[in-house]
Amino acid sequence: MTARVLLFGGIREIAGADSVELDIPEGGTTENMLDALTRAHPGIGRWRPFLRVAVNREYTAGAAPVSAGDEIAVIPPVSGG
Amino acid sequence: MPQMVKIVNGPVDVSGLLSAVSDPRAGGTALFVGTTRNFSVDGEREYPVSYLVYEAYEPMALKVMNDIAGAARSRWGLIGVAAVHRTGRVEIGEASVAIAVSAAHRAEAFEACRFIIDAVKRDAPIWKKEVLPESERWVGL
Repeated sequence: MTARVLLFGGIREIAGADSVELDIPEGGTTENMLDALTRAHPGIGRWRPFLRVAVNREYTAGAAPVSAGDEIAVIPPVSGG
Repeated sequence: MPQMVKIVNGPVDVSGLLSAVSDPRAGGTALFVGTTRNFSVDGEREYPVSYLVYEAYEPMALKVMNDIAGAARSRWGLIGVAAVHRTGRVEIGEASVAIAVSAAHRAEAFEACRFIIDAVKRDAPIWKKEVLPESERWVGL
């Protein structure tokens, strides 16, 4: 399936886009999504250990399931305040 | 108004936060204002900062900030809570974030205000870019 993924901050700048469409397996997970993201944008690879993923505006942990139509976002280390 | 959470693309109206939490039952109001500093630190090296640029994943940041405010309300029995974060370019000395809470007594107000700003910094999907005289960097990345 095709997942549309929102990107922010430094990750958005590395990818050069505020969202990307990624092919992930049917019944795939956030880890599959990060695999596809770092394949498409190798510059993001070194930051992968520090990235969180939100699905439908909730933080996920580990390999969380994603479905078509989910709002998926890659959350680099936050620095608000 | 018991709970006001906003993300704004211009100056933070600090007195607006105080009005939002004002209540005749309140015996104490705590206010935290985070402002943009003219320097930052990397290890032991200090370097000058020209201005900051903030970016937010707005709908999720609002949700996270509302959840934090709600958790603080029930934990400390607060009367009013207001939290505002700014996005876009913020000049040195300007407010990027402000938190106001009112409670029956000062102890709860101080503790809850500290809890909220710490939780917002830890969990709200908001990012700052430091713009230096000759370069720029996303903090944390």
